[in-house]
Amino acid sequence: MNKPLRRIAIFCGLLVLTLLIRDNWLQYVKADNLREDPKNRRVTIARYSTPRGDIVVDGDPITGSTESSKTGLNDLKYKRTYKNGPMWSPVTGYASQAFGANQLESIEDGILTGDDDRLFFRNTLDMITGKERQGGNIVTTLNAAAQKAAYNGLKAQGGKGAAVAIEPSTGKILALASYPSYDPSVFAGNSNDDAKAWKDLQKKYNPNDPMLNRALRETYPPGSTFKVVTAAAALENGLYKTADENTKSPLPWTMPGTTTQLKNEGSIPCKNATMRIALRYSCNTVFGKIGADLGNDKMLAEAKKFGFDAEQFTPIRSSSSVFSDDMNQSQTALSSIGQYNTAATPLQMAMVASAVANGGKLMKPYMVDKLQSSNLDTLTQTEPQELSQPLTSENAQILQSMMETVVKEGTGTKAQISGATVGGKTGTAQHGVENSENPYAWFISYARLSDGSAPVAVAVVIEDDQANRDDISGGGLAAPIAKSVMEAVINAKK
Amino acid sequence: MSSTTNTSTHHTSTIGAIGAPSRRNTELALLVFAVVIPVFAYANVGLAINDQVPAGLLGYGLGLGLLAGVAHLAVRKFAPYADPLLLPLATLLNGLGLVVIWRLDQSKLLQSLPNFAPAAPRQLLYTALGIAMFAAVLFFLKDHRVLQRYTYISMFGALVLLMLPLVPGLGANIYGAKIWINIPGLGSLQPGEFAKIVLAVFFAGYLMVKRDALALASRRFMGLYLPRGRDLGPILVVWAISILILVFETDLGTSLLFFGMFVIMLYVATERTSWIVFGLLMSAVGAVGVASFEPHVKSRVDSWLDPMREFTLSRQGVAGHSEQLQQALWAFGSGGTLGTGWGQGHSDLIRFAANSDFILATFGEELGLAGIMAILLIYGLIVERGVRTALAARDPFGKLLAVGLSGAFALQVFVVAGGVMGLIPLTGMTMPFVAYGGSSVLANWALIGILIRISDTARRPAPAPASNPDAEMTQVVRP
Repeated sequence: MNKPLRRIAIFCGLLVLTLLIRDNWLQYVKADNLREDPKNRRVTIARYSTPRGDIVVDGDPITGSTESSKTGLNDLKYKRTYKNGPMWSPVTGYASQAFGANQLESIEDGILTGDDDRLFFRNTLDMITGKERQGGNIVTTLNAAAQKAAYNGLKAQGGKGAAVAIEPSTGKILALASYPSYDPSVFAGNSNDDAKAWKDLQKKYNPNDPMLNRALRETYPPGSTFKVVTAAAALENGLYKTADENTKSPLPWTMPGTTTQLKNEGSIPCKNATMRIALRYSCNTVFGKIGADLGNDKMLAEAKKFGFDAEQFTPIRSSSSVFSDDMNQSQTALSSIGQYNTAATPLQMAMVASAVANGGKLMKPYMVDKLQSSNLDTLTQTEPQELSQPLTSENAQILQSMMETVVKEGTGTKAQISGATVGGKTGTAQHGVENSENPYAWFISYARLSDGSAPVAVAVVIEDDQANRDDISGGGLAAPIAKSVMEAVINAKK
Repeated sequence: MSSTTNTSTHHTSTIGAIGAPSRRNTELALLVFAVVIPVFAYANVGLAINDQVPAGLLGYGLGLGLLAGVAHLAVRKFAPYADPLLLPLATLLNGLGLVVIWRLDQSKLLQSLPNFAPAAPRQLLYTALGIAMFAAVLFFLKDHRVLQRYTYISMFGALVLLMLPLVPGLGANIYGAKIWINIPGLGSLQPGEFAKIVLAVFFAGYLMVKRDALALASRRFMGLYLPRGRDLGPILVVWAISILILVFETDLGTSLLFFGMFVIMLYVATERTSWIVFGLLMSAVGAVGVASFEPHVKSRVDSWLDPMREFTLSRQGVAGHSEQLQQALWAFGSGGTLGTGWGQGHSDLIRFAANSDFILATFGEELGLAGIMAILLIYGLIVERGVRTALAARDPFGKLLAVGLSGAFALQVFVVAGGVMGLIPLTGMTMPFVAYGGSSVLANWALIGILIRISDTARRPAPAPASNPDAEMTQVVRP
């Protein structure tokens, strides 16, 4: 009987070995996945076990932490609070005991809760000295005055919309506003009131979809503002050498391969216009023809250099803006004036204006300047990074002078600022079946100071279903908001 | 190979060697560790949760020490040549189990559940009863071969124990599995835990008599010895009974345990590999068949295949779904390599049965991979000491009984730990010694008592004359 007994001994050993292997799989190989699973309640418990670090703008925190009410079985000690929540929520995102976290609150959760590896030394020190673990801070690049101007401008206007401002020379995001917005503090806890507030903000129950971050996550047809990209493509590909040469554009112009004539808005002097004139009056025919002449590939290449067709991580992810890659000449012509399939996020169009203002260099947009430990030591500092060069500096200067003409004597006069040179482009994009819905009003611009520096580039988009259809034009609705944002940045510099 | 009949070797590590030292002092020294380690753990939990050494530390330490002392004295008096490892290992597991149960008693979340009552005091009482049971086994069972006389009574007894939960008015359906009975005034009891031991007695007695017929009368086919049709009878009956348990009590674990134990004992008795093959085939067919038709078993399989879906459904309030398994997996994962430390995990999120079926998850979270490996190795050691006892035993009945009990113990550990770790579908059984539950503690202490009795008989210098002709000798003359 001993031989089978020995085999049984081996079999029992194998059973234990199997368990050991499974346990290694679970607690070693899969441990991190399980530990960091957002549905794992421990993640939430850890997140709220100590006061969260703060998100800082201009030296002042825009977030806070308060002890949760001790009623019932709340295993979460601290609750998030927000200052001026609706204005800042496109930046902060939310951190809710019941509904998780998103955007900066989620991306930099490790720093804010204090369990990031970069805080390891600090935490070990705290453990030895017996201090409670403390979260680090996120210092943003945002400019409080610019953000306030952007949000209040959108709010006063009343329609859905978004505004983004960037510092062209670095890519620092100065303003990032979306309207209508939401206050993340109303559902930061896990009570029934929080649940109701959360429910009321969901798109299902709220057609305005206040939780959509329009500045980063909504793509709109950019309309005539895209003509800046088309002009850049014309210059870069040598189709035209200067702003003031005859483009030899006929009027009316029939799109190649079709019998359809591309229309201009009103009777504007577009026949054989120069690019400067065409941009000033926003000639569809001229820029449509440029697109058709350059073709899909060259237009797409230039759009990609401006950041189209890619998600940006600011670090909050933006949706990728679209310029199609399989179009015939007439579709390319329509796309080159910002219609057809072309769609861009407000961030994308701000990047376009910023690249032009920065002598043709596109800087990677970012909003986290540095991460700090709780005692304000800098853990990481974001260095500005060049993303691409869509324009040579000569061509950038040509394009600047064209855009400055638009503001000086064209469609964008409402963005003029005394003491600064403003270059911009208006846009009115149609959308909906047969263009039945209200157009989007766009304005992109930058401001240059007398010393030659360009401290700010802005993109504003407004979708207004209340306003009279004819009233909507980028120059009328969006330009004043862009102007106040630029003024706020310039005044903050002084 | 035949170390049991070879009396000339003097390996001190071999239990079977005649004239080996009794090793009682080794056992005592190990027992000190088995008591001190849980006492430190207890202090640790208190410091982690309330920032102070728990008030009950002295009482707890003295209580556990006293129980271990009683058990040790009982072994010293009634089984002086017993294996020195079994008692300290079981004491250590039992002590650690008590600590974890007490730790879970401190959880506010568990305290808020309906029907909450502190489990640790009761578990301490069960432990005392278990040690009493252990001592009683050693006192009354002077020679394990006496059990042979009760072979068929055992069969009857085991069947009664297994059927009890199905008796209307007595059986209790607790969260799907019908493996409990309610005794008014005493609480609930899991007869399956006791049936395990009684059934092992029956199998050992039965197979000892029938093993030659089962082993020799066979035809060789494709390298396997096929048994005669009529010899297939017993295995078919046991198989049918385990399937019936599965269907009516909806308990995969108990069913697997009994069938597995029978196949192991059958294999040891007959030395025929074909039984293993048959056993595996039959259990596979049975398990798959029942799992596809019986809704409760099927839902357990579904939950095993996709714990996250089960979690989501449970959170959506769909009846009949439980988030326990996913919570247990998170507990294991969050423990990582070294664990959070005593009292600092959140395994109470498992809620119901956190201190019984799922107690291993708390070990996993608070002691980490290192702790679980240590616990599993302790279980492995108990099993291997049991099999060693079987090797050393001089009579076939003792061999079969020891291997049956050890095998059942190993299978139970595998089925429960594997279930909690998501390796196999969950069953309704509990980790021996560590989990909360009177039946489990009592039955397992009795099991250790019987193993200690067999090992004492095996290592005793002047063996009592066997009541049977030595089966090993008859095998030698076999052609």
